[in-house]
Amino acid sequence: MKLIDRLYKDAPLATRGEITPKLGFLLTVLLAIVWLIPFLWMVVATLRPASDGINAMAELMPSLKPTLDNVRDAWEIGDFPRYTLNTTIICAGILLVQFVTITLAGFAFARLDFAGKSLIFYLFLMQLMLVPVLLIVPNLSLVARLGLYDTLAGVMMPFFASAFGTFLMRQAFEAIPTELEDAALIDGATLLQRIRHIYVPLSMPSFSAFAIISVTSHWNDFLWPLMVINSPDKRPLTVGLSVFTKTAEGTQAWGTIAAGTLMVIAPLLITFLIFQKRFISSFVTSGIK
Amino acid sequence: MSLAEPATLPVATSAAPRLHVPKRLVGRIKASLPAYLLLLPSLVFLVLFTYGAMGRVLIDALYQRATPKAPVRFVGLDNIAAVLADPAFSSAVVNNLVYAVGTAIPSIGLALLFALTLSRTHAVSSALRAALFLPVLIPMVAASALFMFIFLPNVGLLDYYIGRLLPVLPNWLGDPDIALYAIMIITIWKNAGYYMLFFLAGLQAVPEDVMEAAHLDGAGPYQRLRHIILPELKPTFLFVIVIAILNAVTQVDHVFVMTQGGPSNSTNLVLFYIYQQAVEHYDVGKASAATLLTLAALMGLTALSFRTMANREGGP
Repeated sequence: MKLIDRLYKDAPLATRGEITPKLGFLLTVLLAIVWLIPFLWMVVATLRPASDGINAMAELMPSLKPTLDNVRDAWEIGDFPRYTLNTTIICAGILLVQFVTITLAGFAFARLDFAGKSLIFYLFLMQLMLVPVLLIVPNLSLVARLGLYDTLAGVMMPFFASAFGTFLMRQAFEAIPTELEDAALIDGATLLQRIRHIYVPLSMPSFSAFAIISVTSHWNDFLWPLMVINSPDKRPLTVGLSVFTKTAEGTQAWGTIAAGTLMVIAPLLITFLIFQKRFISSFVTSGIK
Repeated sequence: MSLAEPATLPVATSAAPRLHVPKRLVGRIKASLPAYLLLLPSLVFLVLFTYGAMGRVLIDALYQRATPKAPVRFVGLDNIAAVLADPAFSSAVVNNLVYAVGTAIPSIGLALLFALTLSRTHAVSSALRAALFLPVLIPMVAASALFMFIFLPNVGLLDYYIGRLLPVLPNWLGDPDIALYAIMIITIWKNAGYYMLFFLAGLQAVPEDVMEAAHLDGAGPYQRLRHIILPELKPTFLFVIVIAILNAVTQVDHVFVMTQGGPSNSTNLVLFYIYQQAVEHYDVGKASAATLLTLAALMGLTALSFRTMANREGGP
């Protein structure tokens, strides 16, 4: 209790003696530990030698003879470098096109007045609810008709326009003083030049927030790439991991599954731990991806 | 703006404005051209993959093939009738409702608890926030791989530690009465940390001076929660509930990896049913009809939440 008291030492005087907030805090600490258990098991099981046997598999105490055998096995069974490359291409491709589409559309909403503005605004707003994953059936047939079935471009295409990104950029652009643009206008800068040299450089925090949301959500996409991709060498990480899990589950190789899962999520977890603050504030702005 | 105003005055006072209406409309559209060009790239993809897709769903739902190779023929509402009569679809809808309520309430409740207890920033609370947020980042497929072992009968993590306390070991994913709840635990674990962020942001809006006044008046923690904090969080609640419902419809990756909708359809959810019809049964008509019904339900929800969302995005 002493330790908890110390955490509340800057709380308002009247509330410092209250017991309920402290009990709530204790409960949260317990739940946070429970929340971490799957990750803890993943790491412990990855390092556990197969000789410990299936009955010790659930033991959360690390093995005394840690080994990297599971990592090696997972590396050999699954084509993880290839999956990582595919996922990286998908995320980068989506993000690059999105940067162009959301910048242009965000600027139109922020600074220009045009006929049908509310109608188009609502067309964008509706897309926040009509998430592409719901429309997998018609979109699969469209992608096939465009000749993009079983291509990475087919996986990317439905996400090229982003209502969330458009609204984010609109907000960022609206905050930029018009005087800056007027000065450029006098110097004879065209519309695209003004966007490129005034609006974009001043909105970098919004671009990075959007990049975090876009990359994490498409890094994790599963059902859509599963439907579009057929060849094993074009699988992204999520699809690769699900196939890998199926294979390893048959042989009860839980240590290998843990190692494979660790390899898939490690890049995201490491990036998160480094840029924690930025991640959290980006996700707060995200709402709906 | 003020410089431009005098120039527009003569137009407003000129006679017979009716004659000028078409001309003014043309002029307005011409003036809007740069904006349309900027919106064009986004609109192309919105039309192709969102609104065009909705149109295609509507049309595809009206056609059917006798065999996978036969030409399509118009069947009217037969596909919709077939979906509604399909016991697998109605059980998927019921499962999805149970799943939506059973994941939204606990994850939002936990998120509120987390946010309330971690709202003041110090090293400990930042670490706890990060721990609770970790599951949000990882793919649902990876979470499923981990929970597949957690729920594994006899040797899995849950049976190893908690199973000893139970008289009979439940088969978490194999028992039709339990499997859906097991699936729900994963969703709660994965989403509570996400919703926590919105409550943390919402708590920033609770006015400091009102809280101080409440302290002075001797309001206890429950009274402050009930009468100050919760009313202040109302917009956050509405927003998070909409996201939670949307997630309940769109997050089905764990169903695919862990149960394939089984045992005996007890974990089948609507989106997975659509996937099965389209990919496993090659029945585009039925898959489209089911998509159409889901879209209609979500449009209803959209109508309810539109005002909240339009306000959030700052209006047109």
